[in-house]
Amino acid sequence: MAWFSFLAALIPLDGYGHYLHWGVINISVANFIVILLMIATLVAALLLPFPGRSRRKESK
Amino acid sequence: MSTSIDQQWTTRLRRKAAGKLPPEKLLPDTQPAYVSSWIYVFGVTTMSALAVVIGSGFILSLRGPQWWHESSIGHFVNSLHLWSVEIFFFAMVVHLWGKFFMGAWRGGRTATWMTGVVTFLASIATAFTGYASQSNFDSQWITTQAKDGINSTGAGAFFNVLNLGQMLMWHIVLLPLAAVALTALHVLLVRIKGVVPPYEDKVGEAQ
Amino acid sequence: MSSKTFRPDVDAPEWKGGHSPYDIIKEGTIALAVVGLLTIILATLFGSPDDHEVTIKNWANAAPVDFATTAIGEMNGSTTTAGYGAPYNNASDGQKLGPLALAKWAGVRIPVNTENDFVIKPLESLPYNAQLANALSTWKSASASQQTTWVNNYTSAASKMTFTNGEVMVNATNAGPVPVFINDLTSMARSGALDTALVQGGSFFSMDYTKPLLFLSDGGYLESLASKQHLLGSQWGMMNETNSYPGQAWLWLYTFWYQVSPFSTSANADVQVWGLMMLLSVILLVLPLIPGLRAIPRKVKVYRLIWREHYRG
Repeated sequence: MAWFSFLAALIPLDGYGHYLHWGVINISVANFIVILLMIATLVAALLLPFPGRSRRKESK
Repeated sequence: MSTSIDQQWTTRLRRKAAGKLPPEKLLPDTQPAYVSSWIYVFGVTTMSALAVVIGSGFILSLRGPQWWHESSIGHFVNSLHLWSVEIFFFAMVVHLWGKFFMGAWRGGRTATWMTGVVTFLASIATAFTGYASQSNFDSQWITTQAKDGINSTGAGAFFNVLNLGQMLMWHIVLLPLAAVALTALHVLLVRIKGVVPPYEDKVGEAQ
Repeated sequence: MSSKTFRPDVDAPEWKGGHSPYDIIKEGTIALAVVGLLTIILATLFGSPDDHEVTIKNWANAAPVDFATTAIGEMNGSTTTAGYGAPYNNASDGQKLGPLALAKWAGVRIPVNTENDFVIKPLESLPYNAQLANALSTWKSASASQQTTWVNNYTSAASKMTFTNGEVMVNATNAGPVPVFINDLTSMARSGALDTALVQGGSFFSMDYTKPLLFLSDGGYLESLASKQHLLGSQWGMMNETNSYPGQAWLWLYTFWYQVSPFSTSANADVQVWGLMMLLSVILLVLPLIPGLRAIPRKVKVYRLIWREHYRG
């Protein structure tokens, strides 16, 4: 099934991970990025304007 | 005057269900005007991710638990399953944070909050049994480590994480059914009670 | 009419305001399409890890001294599994949460006798070999205390164990058949036959890997591989995935407790951390019922961002 090799990852995350140490905290770069993205997503969701304002004004 | 048909279990159940959740509440076409923030999309995002998790899991089941080790298509479907799980937990946690900041349990919505928390915990258990079912180095390590935590509570006598057959069946039968049932209950409660109104805030309103 | 006081953290004001159009089916469809597409993109970019399983054959070939040392440990009771307690055996009372010996109360429901299950029975399943047959027969006709003496004598000499020309070399005196057992078990492991013997255990079908996994985890080899991947408990391993993949960030609090006192040095750390996490989960569950905690969202006022349009009127 060699022609399915296009399904192999473009940026495979092989090789030992990199880790960040601060005191007792020891976290992988991947997990750190995920957590940062979660916080960034929360902040963006809170701050970004939500479309459809004129529709809501009309319906009142 | 109450007839014998009125007293039937079927009649009483149907009327109770329809009373609590008539079609226009189950599938509404309007929502309160205060629902206007991106924070509101994370519930439906979590559910969509759950659908992709189950769909990719379904495909993985077609060719058995070893397929993904032996085939590039199988490996790709496994990747879909892994990343949809990451999106699922990502969205669920942002949804949880949002609901906390909204005090979403107010106004008789305690059960909605509680079903959400139980679904979260059941999801963690479901993910764990998935990691335990990988039949590779990761699952060897995860199960030999996790057994100590689970054994220490006494549950290990009945829930043997080193038993691949047991872990796989919990993962593909028992826990997904629980996760879907809990999610359905949670969503029905949201539909019945509606989305929580804003806090009364004179200072906020005066702006 | 009710004169009940309005509790701002429990009750919600009745919404008397307007409604806006809402297409719930369209929203669900868009969400599914977006998540589906994002999943395909992530899977295409990054794939998923699949580090190959470790067999006992791998272990015994890569680290034969570690294997043989573990094997004698299974006989002298010094390995983790041999001394575990419930659910595998009665060797210890196991962990306690205060006075609660939960594991012990649940009982020995997955019986594992490391000496018999990991050493003697697998050796008995080997094809006939006069030296081994003799060793097994000597062992079986000896008293328990004689067996213990042999094992202890082998153990005292085992610290100087070497592996030379495919043989385990230990200069032990009065160790009876034990040197033959350890040497033959190591050869059996290096051939792959021990993997099969431990899984099948004489049956045909099996999906229960309890015995080979316990044996494997008693040695140092699996742990050395895990350590390189930052998967040990002391490395916050529970959150991590092999290679550079994101792992299980949602387990951050569970694994955090293992890093700090008193759990980091406690013999009962597992049950204590479970107990603590169960308590915290219950608190999260019943948060709506806890005054003080349920007031936090009203006090921190993040809601003003969420409902800013409403507050502006």
